[in-house]
Amino acid sequence: MFAAFLTSSIRFSAAFLYGSTGEIITQKSGHLNLGIPGVMSVGAAVGCVVELGLLKASVSSPILLVLIPLLATVLAGVAMGALFSFMTVTLKANQNITGLAMTTFGVGLSGHIINGIRLQLFTISKASKYYRKLLPFTNSLGDFGKIFFSHGILVYLAIVIAIFAQIILNKTRIGLNLRAVGENPATADAVGVNVTLYRYVATMVGCGISAIGGLFTIMDYMGGKWGYMIEALRWVSFALVIFTLWRPVLAIFGSIIFGGLYIVSSYVTGISLAQIELIKMVPYIVTVIVLIVTSIFDSKNAQPPAALGIPYFREER
Amino acid sequence: MENNTAIELRNITKRFGSVVANKNVSIKVEKGEILALLGENGSGKTTLMNIIAGIYYPDEGQIFVNNEEVSISSPHDAFKHKIGMIHQHFKLVDVFTAAQNIVLGLKDEKFKMREISAKAYDIAVKYGFNLEPDKKIYDMSVSEKQTVEIIKVLYRGANILILDEPTAVLTPQEIKKLFAVLKAMKADGKSIIIITHKLNEVMEISDKVSVMRKGEYIGTVKTSETTESELTEMMVGKKVDLKIDRIKSERLNPLLEIRNLEVNSDDGSKAIDDVSFYIRGGEILGVAGIAGCGQKELCEAIAGLRPLKGAIMHKGESIVGLPAKEIINKGISMSFIPEDRLGMGLAPSFSLTDNVMLKTYTEKKGPFVDRKTAREKTREIIKKLNIVTPSTETPVRRLSGGNVQKVLVGREIETCPNVIITAYPVRGLDINSSYAIYNILNDQKRKGVGILFIGEDLDVMLSLCDKIMVLCHGKNMGIVHADKVTKEQLGLMMTGSLDLTELKKEKQYGIAKDSNLTEEQWKKLHEEQEVDGNE
Repeated sequence: MFAAFLTSSIRFSAAFLYGSTGEIITQKSGHLNLGIPGVMSVGAAVGCVVELGLLKASVSSPILLVLIPLLATVLAGVAMGALFSFMTVTLKANQNITGLAMTTFGVGLSGHIINGIRLQLFTISKASKYYRKLLPFTNSLGDFGKIFFSHGILVYLAIVIAIFAQIILNKTRIGLNLRAVGENPATADAVGVNVTLYRYVATMVGCGISAIGGLFTIMDYMGGKWGYMIEALRWVSFALVIFTLWRPVLAIFGSIIFGGLYIVSSYVTGISLAQIELIKMVPYIVTVIVLIVTSIFDSKNAQPPAALGIPYFREER
Repeated sequence: MENNTAIELRNITKRFGSVVANKNVSIKVEKGEILALLGENGSGKTTLMNIIAGIYYPDEGQIFVNNEEVSISSPHDAFKHKIGMIHQHFKLVDVFTAAQNIVLGLKDEKFKMREISAKAYDIAVKYGFNLEPDKKIYDMSVSEKQTVEIIKVLYRGANILILDEPTAVLTPQEIKKLFAVLKAMKADGKSIIIITHKLNEVMEISDKVSVMRKGEYIGTVKTSETTESELTEMMVGKKVDLKIDRIKSERLNPLLEIRNLEVNSDDGSKAIDDVSFYIRGGEILGVAGIAGCGQKELCEAIAGLRPLKGAIMHKGESIVGLPAKEIINKGISMSFIPEDRLGMGLAPSFSLTDNVMLKTYTEKKGPFVDRKTAREKTREIIKKLNIVTPSTETPVRRLSGGNVQKVLVGREIETCPNVIITAYPVRGLDINSSYAIYNILNDQKRKGVGILFIGEDLDVMLSLCDKIMVLCHGKNMGIVHADKVTKEQLGLMMTGSLDLTELKKEKQYGIAKDSNLTEEQWKKLHEEQEVDGNE
């Protein structure tokens, strides 16, 4: 029973992890992109459409059936990120409002796309098994194998990306420049770091990563059935960013905890429907507590990027 | 003839809109030379240096580095020509270590933090700095941060260093250390331009001095061949007689008495240090000083917006610790015009009426605001001060700077205060609007209001004020009668070269002889505070 719970928690965590890794990268550049739920929805919808197209074209290679929709999803996310950056950097629109508008826009657009192909939608569930393909040695490892190695490729990809993001952010020149842009863009600008470029690219990459979370939710977690699951998860990624204090590797564990809290009701008997909603609130409450604690202790290492949400224009005196 | 010029500027002109920040400036620095750039606030020193550092691009003129004409259009270009600027406000990322800040933005350096730290440390040792490369910036003192800034440009191989008021934030000991380092760099063949307005430092450290005044280049002299008073005269210029009336009013009792005031600035350093003064009714007391010498903190302390030590007595009653609203009710009005003009006192997107109402809306009882009376009042103000506005309902943001200021000053006077604190009320105004404001102040003075006028233009203060107090880095340099003082003398006081409070201790500057309180009462007050402080 517990093994099954843990397995599900880890699997479910990927949905949050993509979103929070993407948002951490975005926020490290000083952009507060509240459009992530929209990005995830659009990414998932585009992925589904491409998946359907491939199936119709009788593509049978499992690798292509996963890889091409994945690429399409990432591209859709990148495009949304480019749109956000264009609005906020080039057109100087307010980041919060742009982000919220993008969520509304993205959720609406994805609904529009999906309803267009509603009647054929069931077909894509055929491709779901490729996303969930087990590793060859899973069954020989007993419970251990089941908990850690029984997941689809996208779960591992999420963890790899998170670790990779952490290394880039903390150990490379690009990461240093990126963090400087998010902390103090004027300083970064003064030493020749291209603030606009960094903000654009970070936001686009972040959205690209977040979008995979949408595809994962539909194709892997939901087994190829479209649902408004993504919407239900919309803000958990943001909570996770704060909960993990902007550290992608911590987000791996954070997302497992949040994932577990989200599904615990299915594994514990005797919980009423009303109580389930209370349990689902826990991630947010924990996040608020983390926020309060870090601000009480005024820990400089646990603060959001100093320039988060603040636009940067060089000519201002 | 050997040409040793490191950098030369020829006829540089830079405008911001209609304001000319630099007009035909030409300066030249040799290798292994320290040039001091001297001038009052707003004389265009920092703009000029930002042009060299690639932050602004000049509208006219040429820049030569090593006798070759160059175009510096970005900070990156400046680095390429081995020019490094140490800004007055440090450009450092707080959560990074010293070494991370130093390497930030460098492209062709191997990214090994240990090697970078070691190299930075070596540079520091070479010139006699103390540097801990792995210390986070937020754990550092101001002087440590400055060290990081200097090492940052040296690490990039800078041969021309520009320091924008490097000593403003340092203690005397730290200044001594900095100067030793600068001399070591000079001996190493580096060229240094140092912006400052402290004359004693200019005399101590520089080889040459270039003076600027109101965006214009006045001239360059060898430090060894000049004196402090000559430099002051170049800096402040000859006295210009303005046609501002200083009306005579009868001598009234002190309205506001301030003793031993101490106020901290936002970063925790002392902004106002043991300052005493008083304002009589029907008197304008000017406050002169280089910007950032505690003027803002002084205003905020009196208005009850900032914690303070010391005594502020209004008509013999202490207002220390009272909420801002009660201080306003006592008739003390404060208007501060910040550099961006809109930052304080007015809500930019509110209409004129709403802004006028801001201070008085609580007077009427009931849940609804009384816009009608306010609108009439606004009309009066518009008429009285010739404010140009489409209507009383136009957002203040849409008015020109001068009109915005008139709204602010007009509202403050409308509340019938007995003490007016006003800082830079004519900042950026054209002459006519400025005179309108002077007239308003004089009207108030005639009515027996005490006015504290914090200003920038010495000529104006000499004509308008009765007395002038000079602040230099939060310290009171003395209080003088405006009709008995020269501009040079004020300049010397502003730059800290002349401290009347030290010179004439027996005069007890800022202590009213006919105080509302007896000396025993003051003493008691002082003791009470000591006790409070010890608790």
